[in-house]
Order: sequence, then C-alpha cells, then structure tokens
Amino acid sequence: MLKRLRQRFSTRNMLVPSRARAGLAKLAVRRVGHTFANEVIALRNVDIDVHSGEFVCLLGPSGCGKSTLLYALAGLVKPSGGHISLDGRDVKGPGPDRILVFQSPALFPWLTVRQNLVFVLRAKGLGRLEAGLRAREFIHRVHLEPFENALPHQLSGGMSMRVALARALAMDPSVLLMDEPFGALDAQTRSHMHELLQSIWMRERKTVVFVTHDIREALVLGDRVVVMAGRPGRVLQDLEVRLPRPRDPDDEALVELSRRIRAMLARAERVSDTPPPIPASRETAHEEAAPGAGRIPGGTPPPMGADL
Amino acid sequence: MLRSLSRLAQGYLISATLGVALGIAIARVRWLQTTVKPLVLGLQALPSICWLPLALLWFGLSDMAIVFVVVMGSLLSISISTEDGVASIDPLLLRASGVLGVRGLRFYAGVLVPAALPGIVTGLKLGWSFAWRALMAGELLFVAGGLGQLLQQGRELLDVAQVMAVMLAIVAVGSIVDQVLFRLFEVRVRRRWGLAEAV
Repeated sequence: MLKRLRQRFSTRNMLVPSRARAGLAKLAVRRVGHTFANEVIALRNVDIDVHSGEFVCLLGPSGCGKSTLLYALAGLVKPSGGHISLDGRDVKGPGPDRILVFQSPALFPWLTVRQNLVFVLRAKGLGRLEAGLRAREFIHRVHLEPFENALPHQLSGGMSMRVALARALAMDPSVLLMDEPFGALDAQTRSHMHELLQSIWMRERKTVVFVTHDIREALVLGDRVVVMAGRPGRVLQDLEVRLPRPRDPDDEALVELSRRIRAMLARAERVSDTPPPIPASRETAHEEAAPGAGRIPGGTPPPMGADL
Repeated sequence: MLRSLSRLAQGYLISATLGVALGIAIARVRWLQTTVKPLVLGLQALPSICWLPLALLWFGLSDMAIVFVVVMGSLLSISISTEDGVASIDPLLLRASGVLGVRGLRFYAGVLVPAALPGIVTGLKLGWSFAWRALMAGELLFVAGGLGQLLQQGRELLDVAQVMAVMLAIVAVGSIVDQVLFRLFEVRVRRRWGLAEAV
C-alpha cells in the first residue's frame, strides 16, 4: 500500500498535459472534423500540433478515428471540416514529404528487398547509383543485409515490416506517419521493432505520428501521447511522457502510467456509452479529468496525478 | 503451316498489345468501365468466325481478313482477363504507391502492369488458344493456304489420313505453345509473385 503510494507519487511528474509551445508547429491540425458517407462522425473538433522532431502517438480504442486522422494527415482522406497544414502549407493530397507506413508492409511482391527501395527512390528522382547506395544504407539500418536479394514472400512478418520501415525512412520524409505498423506482429517481434524504431529515432529525430491502440507501445515510443475516444472521435487528453530513453516496456514507472491511461479510457467509454444526451466533446474532456486536465496554454501544468 | 503461323503471329501480337492496353484502360477509367465493358462482354459471346463475313467485306480475300478474324477472336478475352487482373490488385499496394510518390508512366509500367501480370498472363494464354481456333476456322472457310486449307483439301480428296494428320498437327502446335511457352512463363510469374509455393 505504502509502496504503491510512493510509486504513484514518484511517477506523477512523468505524465503531464502537454503545453502549447511557442513557434510554428510542423504539422498543425485545426478543428478537424470528418463525417463518413454513412453519417458516422469519425472526428469532431480535433486540434493537435506536432512540432519538429517530436514523436507523437495517437492512442485510442478501435473506431475512435485515429486512423482516419492519420489518413487525413497523409492526404488520403479529405476531412469534411477544418484544416491540416504542414510547415504552414495546406495538405491537399498524398505527397513524398509525408510517408505513411501501413498496418501491413505493402511491399511490391515482384521486387526484391533492395529493388523495393531502389524503385521508390528512383521515383523520387534519384539517379541509379545514388538510389542503390541509399537503399543499401537503409537496409543496413534495419539489419537486413543478408536478405537484400530476397523476395517479400520469403520474409517473415517482422522482416517485411522492417523493409517497409527502411523504405519509408529512405524516402526522407519530413513527417513519418505510422498506422499501427506492428499490430500484426507477435509480442516478441514487436518489442524488437520498438527497440529498433527507438534507436533509429534517437539518431535521426524524425517527426513521427504513430497510431496505436496499445497503451504500453504508445508510452514506450512517444514523447507525447494523444489519448482519443470514440463516438464521436475526439481528443481526450494530450499528454507529455517524461521518461528517459531508451525505454523499457516493463519499467515500473511505465507500467504505472499505462494503468492510469487505461483507467482514463475506461471512464471515457462509460461516459460515451450512457444513452443520450451525448455531451459535446469539449465538455466531456473537462468533466472527465477534473482539475488540471485538457490543454493548458502556457504556464506550469499541474501534475496529472492530481486528478486521481 | 508457316503461312498459318505467320498470320497467327501477326494477329496475336496485335491483339495482345491492344487487348492489354484496352483492359488497363477499362479498369482504370470509370466511364470506359460503364460504357465499353458491357460491350466487350457482349461481343465476347460472338464466336470469332462470325467476324469473317465482315472481314471479307472490309478487307477482301486477303491475309488481312484472316488476321482480322484472329484479332477479334482473341482481343476481347485478353482484355477481359487484363481488366480482371488490374481490378484484383491489392488496393493497399496502389495506396502505398501513391503515398510513396510513384506516379505517371512509372506507376503504370512499374506498379500496375507487374501487379496485374498474373491476370495478364492468364489472358494471354486464353487469347492464344482463341486465336489459334479462330485462325483454323477462318482458313477452313476461305481458301488462302495454311493448315485449314490443307484440312479442307483432305476432305475434298477423301483422304482420311491427311485430315487426321492435319488435325494432329493443329493439336500439336496448340499444345506445344500452351504447355511449353505459357506454362513456363506462368510458373515463373506465380513463383516470383509468391502466389505458388516455391518448390
């Protein structure tokens, strides 16, 4: 009991509402809403700022609109309301400055691992020689040199995903978007992928938006965890994770934080499961997490532990 | 025999090129899908030899007429299979190509055609046998040399041995091309694409 209490106290500063930062956001999402043709509200009034070099995880249960939001960032979905801009310019369609890594690797099955990279690099306008060198370099980064000339169907799921990751990184996008890329992998392979992604990210400091429904995954990878809830899809809380890297998924502080987020999601679900009237997104967020929740513009944020 | 094969080669090349192009166009362009596709499907029901009277009227008693029949006999089935091949490409692959910035000619030559290749190969194989049949029918009906005429000659001379020999020759050519050329190509494609167990 005492131990639990102490633990909770020691982790209270590790998960705090993220502050609005000064300076132009790299990727700005403003009042974005999206309604599907069948009138399902996928997103309502979503505001997120992603800064350069940040690793942001969008976390939420399935059907909370997180993938729709990511597809909107990639330009594959045109949101029915609001604006999305990258470096101040509106996002209109897919472009090589935002590479999306899908849930499945989506490799070209008739090309070898290396050709898969070379092909997209050539499409980007690189010369044959340059593309070849770059492909080799990124294959090295994901430790797949022995499989350079293998065909995708000869690779395991984890290896294919590594190729997809290498292909995306080799394109040098200014923002890397990932849609539950490790969701289909087994637990062990997934944690290897987390280590790999962390080490690559620590070296390159790419701006990453990562969608997941796995709370621990979000805490291991993200600088910020944007917790979303569904029906209608909205942001519950935008939290900053202050844990040292590289992170271990079994670290006690991390486990404690994941427990807190799980509790928060469970409460949100209870609220939105109660029959009408469905409260508007803003109010829900406030009601939900009493003092010190939500986005606080500037100033010192009270620790998140306060409301528990 | 050589005359037959050269007609076949001409006709088949034309229909393969046009058929693949038409198939891709139908699959990718929406208004073609609604207008041309039913037309192609309908015309497919027409036995290829029914094109012969029209061909004779348009091109006269020439090789062109036979080539035309061959083209019409195989073009449609090639384009239908190609269309099917393109339509059954994993949409994720097309999405990924868009995200990775693969566009224009590079997209068609480097993604669409290879991705649809299993379907295209099936079409080419089907088209080949249709072309071969159309050619024989055409040659039987109007005299201009070739295997078909040889067969007809056998009938007129009451030479059963010749008739059977020519029939055997027709079967032999058809199955050699089918079994050897196409089979090899198809197996290689399927293996490379990971559709068949690589043994």
